[in-house]
Amino acid sequence: MSYITKSPWIIHYDGSSCNGCDIEVLACLTPMYDVERFGIINTGNPKHADIFLITGSINEQNVSVVKQIYEQMPEPKAVAAIGICATSGGVFKDCYNIMGGVDTVIPVDVYVPGCAARPEAIIDGVVRALGALDEKKKAMEKRPHETTTAAEAVANLDRMGLPDGAPPEPLEELVLPGDDIEVKYFGTQPDDESADDSKNSGSGKEEA
Amino acid sequence: MPVSIYAVIGLVCYLIAGPFVGGLLSGIDRKVTARMQGRFGPPIMQPFYDVRKLMEKEPVTVNSGQDFYVMCFLIFIIITGGLFFFGENLLLVIFTLTTANLFLVIGAYSSNSPYAQIGAERELLQMMAYEPMVLLTAVGLYMTTGSFRIGDIVAGVGLDSGGIPLQYLVGIFIGYLFILTMKFRKSPFDLSLSHHAHQELVKGVTTEFSGRTLALIEIAHWYENVFLLGFVFLFFPNGTWYMAVIGAAVALLAFFLEVFIDNAFARMKWQFALKSSWLVTITFGAANLILLYYLRGLM
Repeated sequence: MSYITKSPWIIHYDGSSCNGCDIEVLACLTPMYDVERFGIINTGNPKHADIFLITGSINEQNVSVVKQIYEQMPEPKAVAAIGICATSGGVFKDCYNIMGGVDTVIPVDVYVPGCAARPEAIIDGVVRALGALDEKKKAMEKRPHETTTAAEAVANLDRMGLPDGAPPEPLEELVLPGDDIEVKYFGTQPDDESADDSKNSGSGKEEA
Repeated sequence: MPVSIYAVIGLVCYLIAGPFVGGLLSGIDRKVTARMQGRFGPPIMQPFYDVRKLMEKEPVTVNSGQDFYVMCFLIFIIITGGLFFFGENLLLVIFTLTTANLFLVIGAYSSNSPYAQIGAERELLQMMAYEPMVLLTAVGLYMTTGSFRIGDIVAGVGLDSGGIPLQYLVGIFIGYLFILTMKFRKSPFDLSLSHHAHQELVKGVTTEFSGRTLALIEIAHWYENVFLLGFVFLFFPNGTWYMAVIGAAVALLAFFLEVFIDNAFARMKWQFALKSSWLVTITFGAANLILLYYLRGLM
């Protein structure tokens, strides 16, 4: 296992969250949950970050910000959508200015539904993102290293949600105690609206 | 002048064990900080995991000069500590340290990022704040031992029998502990680079450094911290082994004092940092030197 799983640094961005999930993300840093036990640090800098936590859905005005933060993070990197709004748009899905979940803009590795997502679920989501990071690190080692220019990075944004190689498998050995927490992990993102709907009805979280 | 065997041992120990001791101190710092905040805290080895992780990350640099400056920062920090533990001239050590820090500032400026530039400016302000006190420390040690050579100071040359430099330099010792907060980048004077994300403008002077470059900066800080604690040690030796042990113990205590101060204070504005450090430099440092001058004249 590479060292990236021992020292995941996080950057947190609030899309258009109601602040419910933000508070729960910050609660993970408090003495009660203390994610620094796992070496997790909340950095304010995308260039230092390994995991991108986004709360709230993406709206028309912050889509460029989200893309820019994602671009500035060096590989390997993982994205976790925290809360049902970041997962699918939630109750704001049909608003005129809402683009939908985070996966409409950047590829997402872990979805943590919930309103608000509980700190335990967020920690579990981050731990599962570590599995994705580990897979990406291995994929980086397989191919010869190539420096990504800014232009290439922008061009790659068109291939959203289609990472190189096979999608990572859910890593059972990384699951923390308290596996009953509702954290859904999807290796690939839905291709179209129908798949999205079936997923939503399957989990039945957004209906309320 | 023949090279002392102790000087060579000191140099080799510093070059090899320096980063391990520095990293371990950093890990203990984080653990103690967490416990003070009622948290469990990361493993003691966490700083090493962090650096290994940063080494594995994709290298992203803003321009080709940046890595060069950071590498110079690391090399000059190693030279600084190397000269120090080799027992060389204290003034040379201080000027090399300044050169090293200037490379970090230039590296931050070269990125053209506004956040890094604010960090670089604050780093320069910090240097303005602590440099006078560091120089006064060297002058004070010269006045008590009659030599700028660290080898002579450690051997206790020029001291009265049984005396230690600290007994003449209490004020300067207090002043040095004060600016040590800045050098360790601890609150309330962690203006250019805070380890706590919530009070930093993005990430201060290291905003534009990532991956391997950031790892080098981290290793340089480990080297630097060990060297700075060595500076605390210089107030104690008089050539006897028990004062050396006491000196090392006090250096460690000084480190934990800084950790404690870090957790007990919020960050201050740069105006306060500059004014207070110069005030301390004058009231404790310069006053100590003047007093020492007259006492020496009477004796």
